[in-house]
Amino acid sequence: MDEQTVKRIAFLSRLKIDEDKIAATQDEFKKIIDWINLLQEVDTQGVEPMISVNRNNLVLRKDEVTDGNAADEVLANAPMKEYGYFAVPKVVEQ
Amino acid sequence: MTDLTELTITEARAGLDKREFSAVELTEACLNKMSEKRSLNVYVCETPDKALAQAQAAQAQIDKGEAKDLTGIPLGIKDLFCTKGINTTACSNILRNFVPPYESSVTQKLLDAGAVFLGKLNMDEFAMGGSNETSCFGAAINPWSKDVPLTSGGSSGGSAAAVAAGMGLGATGTDTGGSIRQPSAYCGVVGIKPTYGRCSRYGIMAFASSLDQAGPIAKTVADCAVMLKNMAGYDPKDATSENREVPDFSKFLSGNVKGLRIGIPQEYKVDGLNAEIGAYWEKAAAMLKDRGAEIVDVSLPHSKYALAAYYIIAPAEASSNLARYDGLRYGVRVEGKNLDEMYINSRSNGFGKEVKRRIMMGTYVLSAGYYDAYFLKAQKVRRRIYNDFIKAFDSCDVILTPTTTDAAFALGDKKLQENPINMWLNDLFTVAVSLAGLPAISLPIGLNSRGLPLGMQIIGRPFDEQRVFEVASALEKQVGFRGGK
Amino acid sequence: MSGMVLKGKDADWEIICGLEIHCQIISKSKMFSGASTHYGSEVNQNVSFVDAGMPGQLPTLNEQCVRQAIKTGLGLNAQINKYSEFARKNYFYADLPQGYQISQFKYPIVGEGYVKIELENGENKNIGIERLHIEQDAGKSIHDISPSKTFIDLNRAGVGLMEIVTKPDFRSPEEAGAFLRKLRSIVRYLGTCDGNMDEGSMRCDVNVSVRKVGEQDFRTRNEMKNVNSVKFVMQAIEFEARRQIEVYDAGGKIEQETRQFDPSTGQTKVMRKKEFAHDYRYFPEPDLLPLVLSDELIEQIKSEMVELPDAKKERFVTELGLTAYDAGVICENKEMADFFEEAARGHDAKKTANWLMGDFFALLNERKLELSESPISAKNLGALVELISQNVINGKTAKEVFAIMADTKESPEKIVEERGLRQVTDSSAIEKVIDEVIAANPDNAAAYKAGKVNLMGWFVGQVMKASAGKANPAMVNEILRRKLN
Repeated sequence: MDEQTVKRIAFLSRLKIDEDKIAATQDEFKKIIDWINLLQEVDTQGVEPMISVNRNNLVLRKDEVTDGNAADEVLANAPMKEYGYFAVPKVVEQ
Repeated sequence: MTDLTELTITEARAGLDKREFSAVELTEACLNKMSEKRSLNVYVCETPDKALAQAQAAQAQIDKGEAKDLTGIPLGIKDLFCTKGINTTACSNILRNFVPPYESSVTQKLLDAGAVFLGKLNMDEFAMGGSNETSCFGAAINPWSKDVPLTSGGSSGGSAAAVAAGMGLGATGTDTGGSIRQPSAYCGVVGIKPTYGRCSRYGIMAFASSLDQAGPIAKTVADCAVMLKNMAGYDPKDATSENREVPDFSKFLSGNVKGLRIGIPQEYKVDGLNAEIGAYWEKAAAMLKDRGAEIVDVSLPHSKYALAAYYIIAPAEASSNLARYDGLRYGVRVEGKNLDEMYINSRSNGFGKEVKRRIMMGTYVLSAGYYDAYFLKAQKVRRRIYNDFIKAFDSCDVILTPTTTDAAFALGDKKLQENPINMWLNDLFTVAVSLAGLPAISLPIGLNSRGLPLGMQIIGRPFDEQRVFEVASALEKQVGFRGGK
Repeated sequence: MSGMVLKGKDADWEIICGLEIHCQIISKSKMFSGASTHYGSEVNQNVSFVDAGMPGQLPTLNEQCVRQAIKTGLGLNAQINKYSEFARKNYFYADLPQGYQISQFKYPIVGEGYVKIELENGENKNIGIERLHIEQDAGKSIHDISPSKTFIDLNRAGVGLMEIVTKPDFRSPEEAGAFLRKLRSIVRYLGTCDGNMDEGSMRCDVNVSVRKVGEQDFRTRNEMKNVNSVKFVMQAIEFEARRQIEVYDAGGKIEQETRQFDPSTGQTKVMRKKEFAHDYRYFPEPDLLPLVLSDELIEQIKSEMVELPDAKKERFVTELGLTAYDAGVICENKEMADFFEEAARGHDAKKTANWLMGDFFALLNERKLELSESPISAKNLGALVELISQNVINGKTAKEVFAIMADTKESPEKIVEERGLRQVTDSSAIEKVIDEVIAANPDNAAAYKAGKVNLMGWFVGQVMKASAGKANPAMVNEILRRKLN
């Protein structure tokens, strides 16, 4: 895992890695990746990936309005709110 | 008068119903124990006033002769369960101030069954860790510690420690890769991870959605049975919960194992296995044989790949599940010049090292160019591991293994801190079961030469908790170890 | 061939275009929560804890959204996939509370299909549908309330969407326009989406590339996001194609990028370059199980399908004798087609169509009325046509009656009776008027007989005038001819 990859993964994760920690992070990730590469020796030809151990079918919900009308509770934990909206620093539309 | 906190749930139920003591006295005893042993750092949020009010209400129910299974029974709740109106943090700085306006389905069921909640229990941050050291509140300390503080295990370390120390007669835990079983083993108590889908995940902060399951930790197998019965059940709010009836697990505690086939997986006889545990394993098998069970060798050939598969799948799901903690709608925000900077500042400040490591790992294995090699591969290996178990169950009814390779280790262990993989190896015997979604219990089998408890794991077929309870109670009767410290 | 050929410096170029259309699903509650989908509610009012991405909240799938997707798939002549999967599309954005959008990726609910479009040159063309998948909508970011902050309203977050992806089959802006109008017509017929592009309930992303006529391979394409009217889509395609040709002619290369169409200038400008492209890290949504559709459900929805515009048009042509053009216009809008069918029931369909598309459309246009606000009911329009067919009134009187109907909403029968507008079909009465007119105009009668046959029209006019417009024109003609010859 090179420096660029570490930076890219950190940004995709919205996490900051200090410049002086990048090398150590690279090193740590390299170890982990070497370790998980053990899987490559497993023959998985024709094996369906297992997404879930559940075997039942997805149950569908009836189309009824049963929720909402709780703006106060929805907003209660918000670090910043104004006029009933959640507020964040200005987003410049890309 | 006996120390009420040493009672099992079953004993306390009887005592309450016979008016030997009141629900308030029982709760007060636990609350006193909590203040007495606060240095163990087991509770991260104590709610004595609520607990006493619930105890009073419970006593009124008992007086009316309307007691339910858990009426007046004081429990601790892992801080991963959202509790309405009570600070719920997942032991993460990013949620330090979070107060959920809703109750998790599992804790609601326990409340409906009359339980008293003492407070919220310490755990590894977002359940990621095997030693409780990733908690933003510092680790819960194992009550069995002697000269040096030992780990209570993780992630449900606070839960196991609370039960062991009498700071609650039972506790809720969650298990993603061993987070109920491993701490139970380290703290000398009983804990069961039920089949995936048995308990609702609604209101439990998600770590790895396809693996997370709630379960009880208590002093005895019978206590776990009564708690699980009151935690499990279909929930329309969780699409992955199974719509099937919950058996009365308390009816499967006779200890009759006559004719049952107990599988011993040969691949679990690993090099790193502590000799004392190895000996206990053989002893446990012999005990079950004495009670009429048949011991058979089984093979789980893909066991050695379980950890690597787990450490791809769990972080991948976690990287996505934890994206919602962005400082926008709740939690602790650290401002920035723009939105991305606010996200980065809030998350970098709010998450601890291990959580960040797993988020990055998970992001990596899902990212373009790596998905097939890692995530998809791990999902395929997961199927192989599952198939191994299903095949093994052709020739046995339950599988017996140690829960961990050794007893509780010291907090701050250098070797474990330096290399995360060493820490992850603690999950060696528990992750495969999680990947396969199977029910598994850990119960104390005895003490090692240093006087520390060791645990055995009994693994069952999907939704066959009954048989797991039967075998566990057989072993429990035979061992005569009373859970707790 | 309906494709558009664009002249480059030294070659002819053709347009290659595909569309991705997001259609908001009509349902009472959101796709994954029980909150209302109502448009225009108070800010953050229709938000459940699920929609707000609160910790431990889980999605549950709305049955109606599934049915609507199947219905739409059938309307697109597409394969309905009995097995589909939800997947998470991971990215951070202020109005995306979970940090991921629940969508479908590898296994969409609807596969390949096609939509027939009619072009101005009279040709038909089938546009291939690649897939239709269902996903949740995001919330709304509001940038213009505060100079320093963006405000988030989550009312729209979680509303169901169908994303319809076409094959790159469009060769001209006209084809894309015809397709969008047809698609809008289909979803409105089906009641699966209201199709209002200006309100954002139907949103279109446009992919455009160009190639020299005769080339087989596709060149690099650019995507224009969220173009919000049929007209703008057509403008964007043409502008972008010409821009790309200019780039090639100048020896340049087209880089894959996301562009934005600016309706005020009619131009596209770059939004995001490829190297800043997202890495969405799609993976199967572990909170939802795979969606498995039963044959019964698909059959049931098939049996509930309404007649679609193409079939209706075909029937109007073959069974009711309408011209293809008239049938096409009437069938574009289901309400209009239903209105027409009710009006024409039991009456002369062709005449009804003429009245509908003539005086009736003119009335609605002039008064800026919706069909539902029309003062003339379908039944009354049909009755008017019937009065004409039965020779109760003539065409001229009918126009008068129509005008009165538009003002009074009364039935034509009542108007004709009360105002004595019934035409005279009594031949002796008409003969009497004709005799009087000939007698009063001997010179013209003589001139006619001498060969000035175009005076016939003048005589008809005189007779009609003398009968206050009520004489049957055909009979007037016939008797006049007999008398004058």
